[in-house]
Amino acid sequence: MLTVVIIFLWASLLLYLLLGGADFGAGIIEVFTSRANKTQTRKTLYRAIGPIWEANHMWLIIAIVILFVGFPAIYATMSVHLHIPLTIMLLGIIARGTAFSFRHYDAVVDDMQHLYNRIFGISSVITPLFLGIIAGSTVSRHIDPQARTFLDAYIFSWLHPFPVAVGLFTVAICGFLAAVYLVGETDTPSERQQFVDKVKGMNILAVGCGGLVFLAAYWEGIPLMDWVFGHPLGLLGVLAASASLVLLWYLLLHGKGTVLRILAGFQVMMILFVATYRHFPNLVLLKGGGYLSLLEHRGQDKTIQALGLALLLGSVLILPALIYLIYSFQKKEPKQAPVY
Amino acid sequence: MDDFLAARSQMALSLGFHIVFSCIGMVMPFFMAVSHYLWLKTDAMVYQNVTKAWSKGVAIFFAVGAVSGTVLSFELGLLWPTFMKHAGPIFGMPFSLEGTAFFIEAIALGFYLYGWGRFNPWFHWVTGVVVGISGLTSGILVVAANAWMNSPAGFDFVNGQYLNVDPIQAMFNKAWFSQALHMSLAAFAATGFAVAGVHALMILKNKNVDFHRKAFKIAALFACLAAILQPLSGDHSAKDVARRQPAKLAAMEAHFHTEKGASLVIGGIPDADAERVNYAIKIPGGLSFLAHGDFDAEVKGLDQIPKAFHPPVAITHYAFQIMVGLGMAMLLLSLLYLWALWKKKTDRSWLLKLFVVAIPLGFIAVEAGWTVTEVGRQPWIIYGIMRTADAVTPMPGIAYSFYLFTAVYLSLAGVVVFMLYRQIKMVDQLYDRPQGVKEYH
Repeated sequence: MLTVVIIFLWASLLLYLLLGGADFGAGIIEVFTSRANKTQTRKTLYRAIGPIWEANHMWLIIAIVILFVGFPAIYATMSVHLHIPLTIMLLGIIARGTAFSFRHYDAVVDDMQHLYNRIFGISSVITPLFLGIIAGSTVSRHIDPQARTFLDAYIFSWLHPFPVAVGLFTVAICGFLAAVYLVGETDTPSERQQFVDKVKGMNILAVGCGGLVFLAAYWEGIPLMDWVFGHPLGLLGVLAASASLVLLWYLLLHGKGTVLRILAGFQVMMILFVATYRHFPNLVLLKGGGYLSLLEHRGQDKTIQALGLALLLGSVLILPALIYLIYSFQKKEPKQAPVY
Repeated sequence: MDDFLAARSQMALSLGFHIVFSCIGMVMPFFMAVSHYLWLKTDAMVYQNVTKAWSKGVAIFFAVGAVSGTVLSFELGLLWPTFMKHAGPIFGMPFSLEGTAFFIEAIALGFYLYGWGRFNPWFHWVTGVVVGISGLTSGILVVAANAWMNSPAGFDFVNGQYLNVDPIQAMFNKAWFSQALHMSLAAFAATGFAVAGVHALMILKNKNVDFHRKAFKIAALFACLAAILQPLSGDHSAKDVARRQPAKLAAMEAHFHTEKGASLVIGGIPDADAERVNYAIKIPGGLSFLAHGDFDAEVKGLDQIPKAFHPPVAITHYAFQIMVGLGMAMLLLSLLYLWALWKKKTDRSWLLKLFVVAIPLGFIAVEAGWTVTEVGRQPWIIYGIMRTADAVTPMPGIAYSFYLFTAVYLSLAGVVVFMLYRQIKMVDQLYDRPQGVKEYH
């Protein structure tokens, strides 16, 4: 059952990165859209993410619940030492979620829209930035349970080049995912061209940020090169990711939206795989060589059993409904004339 | 402000904020589904209009409830890491299930809000019902987790170690049922009176009267039914608390001295140092009867509990008085409404005015009741096992975090009220369409 729980943890992180990430990315893209095209972009964006956006963010809750039920020591350590970035991320989540629904459900359309849009845009960047910073901090050996000063314990546990570079990389990935997703939602060739350009821009940005991540890792002595390239599995992951990227570029202009999405999703999955498999089962690497492991720092067997069952039961209920939801709203128009 | 107090305040603020939105988010879908049903059955346009207007409200409240709930799942660790480290694996079961319920609610809401004209009308209606049921389920599960803090179960506490963990037993702890029932009814009453009151106000203002009358009736019936059942559930809860948490009951009633035939203390100002209550109304034997069903039964007072484990008496007592007082007021209003309904006098303006006055009452009672259960449990975070002060984060400077969250939640509350005001103002143009006009929003 432990395996089931760990798979669910990984999968919910992946799905959050993919679906929640594309959702953040939609906001990021809006920030990077010229004034003239903003309204149209916003419309496409809303039509695409409106019905599923609440569900996209549930994956984070699933991941966090798995963590605090199944691996409470890991959750507690992260909560203490990454308090500040977690809080900033939460403020981003609050701001973004509310601004998104306010701008749609405000009954009067007036200047308030500018405020909602601005808040939505800014928080769409801040939230994944800090999500990435948190992820980067967990493996960069800056978290020090023995730290004595406020700065060491609560600031320099995360404020370093590597976590920040991972944060930027995460932002770029989100933008990339959203751009690819939205290519499939466009109506006209000219609109499609617009989003294709965005995919290219975001892709270049992501590669640049990826370079930064490697530089920062080198700077801080984090053996990232070895994690990524030091094992045949990692190499295979990198190759698969690169191949899907090449194919994606080739198909950008005329390929089917679904194929593009699968390719982009696969690519991000490979990145997450390469980034995590080498330190499995360790989820958090601590300063001085310590670690927090999914195998050692877990709840008692009965807890893991119950958690695994709850997750399996949940997925039986959730997945079909979710897939049907996404499927239903793929079609752009109601399939029949409205009967009421 | 010291860090411990700041952490408690931030938690109280976050929960106090979330509880309002989650109550509305889990109850309003039921109103919406009833109105939707009436529309499907009668084909009267006004019911569709009401349904659509309410569904916008549900969407706003769900969004705010969802983000404030996400924040809470992190705050448990950010503020109380020691508590979560030990409690997480024990009381986590309801949270794991709640994740599913909440997820289904989000999916169903996606279907419902965006499904007008896309699906079979009855499938569409069912998705609305699912929103309500899964919302209510997730509320009950979260309350079951809170109940565990009041009535720890499902583990053996040996030399500071939490052994033989059984998450299922922890979920079905002794307090879960009474708390979940009380909270669910409270959610229906509070939301019902708030919604009914707003529509009553609009009827009094003579705007879109038919629309508001239909909406008012649905909300008022839910509210009244819940408010009439609530005292029964309250009585059950009180007896339960008397058995499990005598310190909490003693604080609720400012009952300092153990005695037989204890009086029920209504109102008054507790003086914890002098161990007495000034200016209170006392009903002899009343407390013994309410707590144990016998006018002569002995009720444990605070004198039997070591001073270090006393909850703050004044706050708990006042909060309890407010909750019960408002509960009684809502009960009376409910009986009055049912009488008016029977006599066909529901359009009388004095009655509608009373409903307008009642808009905030349910939510004040909810906040007060929640204060009773949380403050009354102090100094424990896990009753009798772990003290709240031992659970708090070691990080200094929580006061700043508290100020920040206060600012955020206050402005959010402000914006939501502003949004609702605009929704209601626009009913005429957006929602109240005459029969036969087919138009989409």
